[in-house]
Amino acid sequence: MPIKEIETFGVSYLQILDETGKVDTSLEPALDDAELIRLYRGMMHAREGDQRMLKLQRQGRIGTFGPCTGQEASVCGPTLAMTDRDWFVGAFRELGGRLMRGDSFTDYLLFHNGYEEGSTLAAERRTLPFSIIVGSQCLHAAGLGYAMKYKGEKDAAVVTFFGDGATSEGDFHEAMNFAAVWQAPVVFVCQNNQWAISIPRENQTRSETLAQKAIAYGMPGVQVDGNDALATYAATREALDRAYSGGGPTLIEAVTYRMMMHTTADDPTKYRSDDEVDGWRARDPLTRFRTYLEGKGIWNDDLQAGLETELKAEINAAVEAFEARTEFKPDVAFDYVYGTSHPEIDRQRAEFLDELKKEKPNG
Amino acid sequence: MAKMNMVQAIQFALDQEMARDESVVVLGEDVGVDGGVFRATEGLHEKYGPARVMDTPLAESGIAGTSIGMALAGMKPVAEMQFSGFSYLIVHQMEGHASRFRARSLGEWSVPMVVRMPYGGGVRALEHHSESREALYGHLPGLKVVIPSGPRNARALLVASIRDPDPVIFMEPKRSYRAFREEVPDEEEVLEIGKAEIVQQGEDLTLVAWGAMMRPTLQAAEAVRERRGTKIEVIDLLTIKPLDGDAVADSVKKTGRCVIVQEAPRTMSVASELIAILNERSFLYLEAPVKRVANYDVVTPYFGREMMYMPSAERIERAIDETLDY
Repeated sequence: MPIKEIETFGVSYLQILDETGKVDTSLEPALDDAELIRLYRGMMHAREGDQRMLKLQRQGRIGTFGPCTGQEASVCGPTLAMTDRDWFVGAFRELGGRLMRGDSFTDYLLFHNGYEEGSTLAAERRTLPFSIIVGSQCLHAAGLGYAMKYKGEKDAAVVTFFGDGATSEGDFHEAMNFAAVWQAPVVFVCQNNQWAISIPRENQTRSETLAQKAIAYGMPGVQVDGNDALATYAATREALDRAYSGGGPTLIEAVTYRMMMHTTADDPTKYRSDDEVDGWRARDPLTRFRTYLEGKGIWNDDLQAGLETELKAEINAAVEAFEARTEFKPDVAFDYVYGTSHPEIDRQRAEFLDELKKEKPNG
Repeated sequence: MAKMNMVQAIQFALDQEMARDESVVVLGEDVGVDGGVFRATEGLHEKYGPARVMDTPLAESGIAGTSIGMALAGMKPVAEMQFSGFSYLIVHQMEGHASRFRARSLGEWSVPMVVRMPYGGGVRALEHHSESREALYGHLPGLKVVIPSGPRNARALLVASIRDPDPVIFMEPKRSYRAFREEVPDEEEVLEIGKAEIVQQGEDLTLVAWGAMMRPTLQAAEAVRERRGTKIEVIDLLTIKPLDGDAVADSVKKTGRCVIVQEAPRTMSVASELIAILNERSFLYLEAPVKRVANYDVVTPYFGREMMYMPSAERIERAIDETLDY
């Protein structure tokens, strides 16, 4: 018996807006001016927010956080494609998307300064709190997708974000498999930012692309220029439409770059070169999108200056609101261990409050 | 009212809750067409269909993680682990997320889900099919851990677990699955999670156990009564977390003596925790050191030797005698 080929596979790459801001009009999505500006604003908001948080962190006014600079298009493009009916299941590097979904920057700061008050995001808004354990949220997305299908919510799907490192985790693979078996309406968006703290993408997996991991699970997978907001939008739009119509899950690999540190607790100069970082500077997602908007005649220097002023004011107000909040109920952890009361928890709460009273004012 | 064994009582509880509330779904490995390897979900697939009784891919973390997602969307998943020995992959999702959603969001989100798992030895099964690791789950804040001991309380506690607003680990003593039958009422019966049950009143000694250990424990109590006329108070914990420490401490205040029986290894166990509680709440009432009849801190041996390590009625009896004679 001769050996015969029984199946062949391929992986597509999508770029609509190149590094210089030139658009491929044959692929250009039909977005109106307001939507385009909303997308740009989301990315700018994230960039400005990141810069401000870095300063706050260095001044000791907030705790550690994972900056998103350079990756704005990988999150904001997909978010633009989502409606309020869709679920946003993120990790911890999706500031732009969260802001576009209506989360407050004040909450973002509270969360990053160690207060649960910053992750009380209203359940009906369908944006899940931060998920720190790499890749673990992918399974929640698959379960939510199943729930949407079970409840017959045909206008609702789930978009989950994770990084290149997460594709090594079992939960990622289990989630892809469950979602595909169930044909659940889930869009898996991998922000491939090339680095999982100090581990480069090529040491994470021998796969040529991360998008090809979809093939093994029997779902479409596509690689997109993750710094091209039109491409990330268009790929998500297509994936969501497929999900709504019962076509099941999709994997999108957004090829991007983490321009800053993994979190403010690490120093990337230890493991990667400045040349590499500079090479990616030329592919900045914001610069090319601004060029695109200007080319369409809907953006100019005045509008840019106006937006920057507006965002700075908004961020300042959020920082002020965050810093004005100084009263935090100390025993709140006892309120939410369970949804039912229990004498053991009550006993320990009383003990805790009693101990607090005995503490000296400045420790 | 029908006489049922524990597996039938569990199936009965699932059936009634699924009929009552269509957000209740069952998922796991072989729980559908096959009805579960112990038949606990028998007939449910046929009755409620594959969307509500799901045969999932073979991945425990996947089952737990997707259940969390379903619960966040308002469903009530009841997941089955085929054996507790395969459940350690879910510790990650249960500790990392299920137990924390309520606290991390200050009550905005919650994860009402149940993970059922057969546990414990005594059924001559292969490696990984005999352990008793309730302390492991009991150590994780935010989780509830429930262990029934008979058909009737299994049914009433499973109903309570399904209706509970929090994630519940429901550990089923598989040695007791078909060991005996009890009358299980047709009408609704719900036990309160977090409450131990005094199954036998007494003034001379408090004897505490749970799960499959209840039967040798009751046998030992009866043997000592016959031999010495001792009135032993027997407590069935039923819930491991949150632990009903007061039930045990109040009993010991009355009896002054206590023996705790568990299938699990001795160190850092539920028995250890109960002794700490007795130390705090009933120290001055104690007339003898509290004794543990437990498994040893060894890797559970294969079933050829398994029963030598497991607390037997005779071993419990000796511990009672030693505590009475102290």
